[in-house]
Amino acid sequence: MCLAIPSRITKIENNMATIDVEGVQREASLLLLEDARVGDYVIVHAGFAISKLDQAAAQETLDLLREAIAAVDKSESKQN
Amino acid sequence: MTLKHIDEYRDAEISQNLIKKIKSISQKEVRLMEVCGTHTVSIFRSGIRSVLPASISLLSGPGCPVCVTDQAEIDAFIELARIDDVILTTFGDLMRVPGTKSSLQKESAGGRDIRVVYSTFDALEIARKNPAKKVVFLGVGFETTAPTIAAAILSAAQADVKNFSVISAHKLVPPALEALMAAADVKIDGFILPGHVSVIIGLNAYRPFFDRYQIPCVVAGFEPTDILQAISMLVEMLESKSPALDNAYRRAVTAEGNAKAQQILTEIFEPADACWRGIGIIPQSGLKIREKYAAHDALQLFDIQVPDAKTPHGCACGEVLIGTKIPPECALYKKACTPMDPVGPCMVSTEGTCAAYYKYHSD
Ligand code: SF4
Repeated sequence: MCLAIPSRITKIENNMATIDVEGVQREASLLLLEDARVGDYVIVHAGFAISKLDQAAAQETLDLLREAIAAVDKSESKQN
Repeated sequence: MTLKHIDEYRDAEISQNLIKKIKSISQKEVRLMEVCGTHTVSIFRSGIRSVLPASISLLSGPGCPVCVTDQAEIDAFIELARIDDVILTTFGDLMRVPGTKSSLQKESAGGRDIRVVYSTFDALEIARKNPAKKVVFLGVGFETTAPTIAAAILSAAQADVKNFSVISAHKLVPPALEALMAAADVKIDGFILPGHVSVIIGLNAYRPFFDRYQIPCVVAGFEPTDILQAISMLVEMLESKSPALDNAYRRAVTAEGNAKAQQILTEIFEPADACWRGIGIIPQSGLKIREKYAAHDALQLFDIQVPDAKTPHGCACGEVLIGTKIPPECALYKKACTPMDPVGPCMVSTEGTCAAYYKYHSD
């Protein structure tokens, strides 16, 4: 029921968005979301967009996770 | 490069590193519970259970909406389907859930008009197209689904669609966490909190619960790295004895949540006591339709009599839902109860723990 896959908004008309879910076009209501724009990635649940994904926060999380890898690699190469 | 928010979180290198980290810090035996059916499926599908050290047990909690729906509620849905002139609309999962004597699927085969919809707006559309019929939607779900149902009621009220109503059997997550902690035989050391419930209610909604129990709580997304990150944070908190309420799904979940969805939700619904399968009545853990929208409240419009509701004999769904039993400990598991021929809701729903065990767990 919960599409955990983020979808990109390709069109907005009358508070309805056309979204692209891995190549498949679907419709989602924007009634439950403030300021959605074309190009935004949203999470859609039972036909409604419920959240906009925050690009900056996403990048930050990924950077942190990748930094952690770099740190482990470094300490491992020191030990060897 | 723009993030597509999918492949980045399936990165094998990041996952391997998180697993390494978890293995290196985990000493104590800990029991972590996820309270979201989508997490349950994601954890099984990605094989996370098999790569974690033996010190970490993952339990599935009451996070599958269909599974926690009380037997009396299922029976009420079936009674509604039997009323003449009613078109019952529902999400697909509910069709095969066995009630005390029947199921929606059986009622449908017997000629009752029951239609599976993808969205509440599809149900509203059916009401518009069938003005002579009474269209009732079965309102089952947590804080993620409830606003979509509230939006349909609000739209029906605004457009004066008189023949559309909802029976509200919604459940709320924070009161359920409280009930789990209060249950004597449940032992949980930390919670993986549901990502999309949290999108709506925000991280702060768990603050009173956390303050009271000081138990590690981390909100997680649904990709393997999201879940591993949350587990790693929980293990770190438990090893260092520094419990916290934290967020491993920052790209989607904020402290305050989705204000617009909350506003529509509170316009339509108010909190009410609710009965959960396996747990019983939890105070203020459900939602009822406000008096102002009584014209769209199926409970007020129809006289629904439910004779004594009985859960299927031998089914341990109740214990499975609170983590005191795992599916293979149920005598019926894989024998009398399979996804093709399910006895309890935990085997019916694709998000149910028994169905996930059946599909992914080799024993
Ligand atoms: S295996 Fe079937 S009967 Fe047993 S607890 Fe699960 S759903 Fe109920």
